[in-house]
Amino acid sequence: MRVMAQMAMVMNLDKCIGCHTCSVTCKQAWTNRSGVEYVWFNNVETRPGQGYPRTYEDQERWQGGWVRTRSGKLKPRSGGRVKKMFSIFANPKLPSMQDYYEPWTYDYEHLINAPAGEDTPVARPKSLLTGEDTKITWSANWDDSLAGGNEIAAGDPVLAKVSGQVKQEFEKTFMFFLPRICEHCLNPSCAASCPSGAIYKRAEDGIVLVDQDRCRGWRMCVTGCPYKKIYFNHRTGKAEKCTFCFPRIEIGQPTICSETCVGRLRYLGLMLYDVDRVAEAAATEGEHDLYDAQRSVFLDPHDPQVVAAAREAGIADDWIEAAQRSPVWDLIMRYEVALPLHPEYRTMPMVWYIPPLSPVADVLRDTGHDAEEAGNLFGAIDALRIPVEYLAELFTAGDPEPVRGVLNRLAAMRAYQRRINLGEAPDESIAAAVGMTGAEVDEMYRLLAIAKYEQRYVIPAAHAEDAHRLEKIATECSLDYEGGPGMGGGGPYGQGPFGESSGTPVPVQVETFHMLRDRQTAGSFTDPGDEPRRVNLLNWDGKGSPKGLFPPRDPESGPVDGGNP
Amino acid sequence: MNLLLWAVYPYLALAVLVGGLIWRHRYDRFGWTTRSSQLYESAILRWGSPLFHFGVLMVLVGHIGGLLVPKAWTEAVGVTEHMYHLMAVFIGTVAGMCTLIGLSILIVRRRRTGPVFAATTRNDKAMYVVLAGVIVLGLLATVRANVAGGGYDYRETVSPWFRSLFYLHPDPEIMADVPVGFQIHILAAFALFAFWPFTRLVHAFSAPVGYATRPYVVYRSRDDRPGLRPTRPGWEGPPQPPDRRSGRTRSRR
Repeated sequence: MRVMAQMAMVMNLDKCIGCHTCSVTCKQAWTNRSGVEYVWFNNVETRPGQGYPRTYEDQERWQGGWVRTRSGKLKPRSGGRVKKMFSIFANPKLPSMQDYYEPWTYDYEHLINAPAGEDTPVARPKSLLTGEDTKITWSANWDDSLAGGNEIAAGDPVLAKVSGQVKQEFEKTFMFFLPRICEHCLNPSCAASCPSGAIYKRAEDGIVLVDQDRCRGWRMCVTGCPYKKIYFNHRTGKAEKCTFCFPRIEIGQPTICSETCVGRLRYLGLMLYDVDRVAEAAATEGEHDLYDAQRSVFLDPHDPQVVAAAREAGIADDWIEAAQRSPVWDLIMRYEVALPLHPEYRTMPMVWYIPPLSPVADVLRDTGHDAEEAGNLFGAIDALRIPVEYLAELFTAGDPEPVRGVLNRLAAMRAYQRRINLGEAPDESIAAAVGMTGAEVDEMYRLLAIAKYEQRYVIPAAHAEDAHRLEKIATECSLDYEGGPGMGGGGPYGQGPFGESSGTPVPVQVETFHMLRDRQTAGSFTDPGDEPRRVNLLNWDGKGSPKGLFPPRDPESGPVDGGNP
Repeated sequence: MNLLLWAVYPYLALAVLVGGLIWRHRYDRFGWTTRSSQLYESAILRWGSPLFHFGVLMVLVGHIGGLLVPKAWTEAVGVTEHMYHLMAVFIGTVAGMCTLIGLSILIVRRRRTGPVFAATTRNDKAMYVVLAGVIVLGLLATVRANVAGGGYDYRETVSPWFRSLFYLHPDPEIMADVPVGFQIHILAAFALFAFWPFTRLVHAFSAPVGYATRPYVVYRSRDDRPGLRPTRPGWEGPPQPPDRRSGRTRSRR
């Protein structure tokens, strides 16, 4: 057993209203730049729908993820190392810009500069690729809320997998929203596809990142990722992806998409897992068993053996403690209501989803039934094949049983809490019907419905080894980073051979966030041993020499300045 | 003059190549990329790019074989001059034509496809001129030598001279009598070498050979220096439509 920690996310789809706030704030934070105009690290898709990029879930076409070979090993679906090397000059499975959408802006200047005339001037759309006039025909959420109707939604590759009868009943439309970010998989196929080895999984928190200095623009990762969450910056020629907002996570803040989520549907927390078992679990033969296989990789942070192994693996105690409080653990393992997105891609995704009960409840309500009553809901979950089959294709490789189990639990919670809400006696039999106790249902309800910020986002911040380094900041040259001026590089102070404008500027040091805050709010010195060397000049009236105004003399030579004894 | 052209100039060009690569690696690892335009246009690239790249790799192997392997060695294993010449002309012509056709497809695509042309910098254009020049001059020299005469045995002159550069004992005198076509081709090639580190051609030096032996998933510990990294030179502010006249105005590259 080799324990590793993974920052993971769970999204409760019942609460998503499709407002796109997460997408917009993410875009403002990360992809509001030239070259990534078409890129949405976070996007919200309407299901059924084609998604972004269009039909990305059709792996026959796009060749993302892994396949199990006859020998029981895993191989990227788009081909192993040799095939990748030979197709490096023109990746045959790369989505074109049109599969995302052609980014555009408007010629706003024309509104001001247009000569006087009969007609009101208009701002024409201009392509951001060519600068020419363009016609807007598609975007990241063109089919939002089923816009375009059956014509577009019928192109949904997931819908194509469910049975014909279900497709025909599609007229009785159901719909929900699916917010998507990078899955930060345990077995990332993007990293496996990268010829340069630029994509890596961070050993500490499992965040998958692209090293921009190592990426050489071979664009195999775009094909390798079955979720198509790696994007090619067409100006810099480098791959970019969702970073799980690691600068925020590192200081204990939630990702931007979570922070700004209006519906408060996102949960962030740690999962401990056994990295030695990942490959074996991902290669499980039956696709329906992949959901359980992935759950079997997770390690119970409450188990003393796991705790001991985690300590041995160098995971700090505050991290282990955070893993024990992790809402993600509770939703995946304790209440068993969260499911992975497309486990059949065998990447072991780590952004999980609580499937929505609302499509079922909506049908019940529309047919005049009481959509809060346990019996009705249980019956409907059994009977309604459309939503269940569709959700199963998304979350459990087509196996409807786990989806039914989750929906039953959500239905039970709904019915159980309604009785309490109406002042009736809690009905233990409702909880028992889904294998829970009333207390458990109540706790789950609290986590899903009214959990506060600190309970939804349990993120351990900067670690022991950082604190050690932060202490040294005063003594170490802060420019001593690789390629920085301290290392003989360029930098703003012009030590480099090419003067001030060459090299890279000194970074904004986000890691000093906590240190600076401590210094601003602390009553004592950051370093207690520092006192003899410091004095607050604001309190000095100019008379005498207060303690610490001068550095201490050599102890042998005895006290000299007046203040020091 | 001979000394300048066939001793000083090649060393100068190679020095710029090596120095430039080191400089680029230190200061511009971020700019070290293929800058692929496949996202804009895929259908033509799919034919042009492999044709050019595989062709140019064959050309490279041919040049290594012809220039670095002494004639005595091949003859020692029983390859006569005639056999060698036939083989070189045949494979060389096929490889050269692949390269030329591929390059033509790529250049036409670059000019005719709107977004691709808009993403072409002045540096790219200059690079295409030099690169195409070297290839065309090389083909011309070979074709002329083979059509006009019975071929030219560069392994008697150019190859020893080329190797003498690496023994640090350059022998410019042998180059004096080499046909002008070959001479120009060689001079242009060294100009290309000197230009190489400052163009997108640097991606040739990052051919991903390590991929063959690497484990699929790479784990890496967090950077020593957490938090935000300095802003990337290429991460220029909000999106702007490209300027059609001068191509993209980007620093260098």
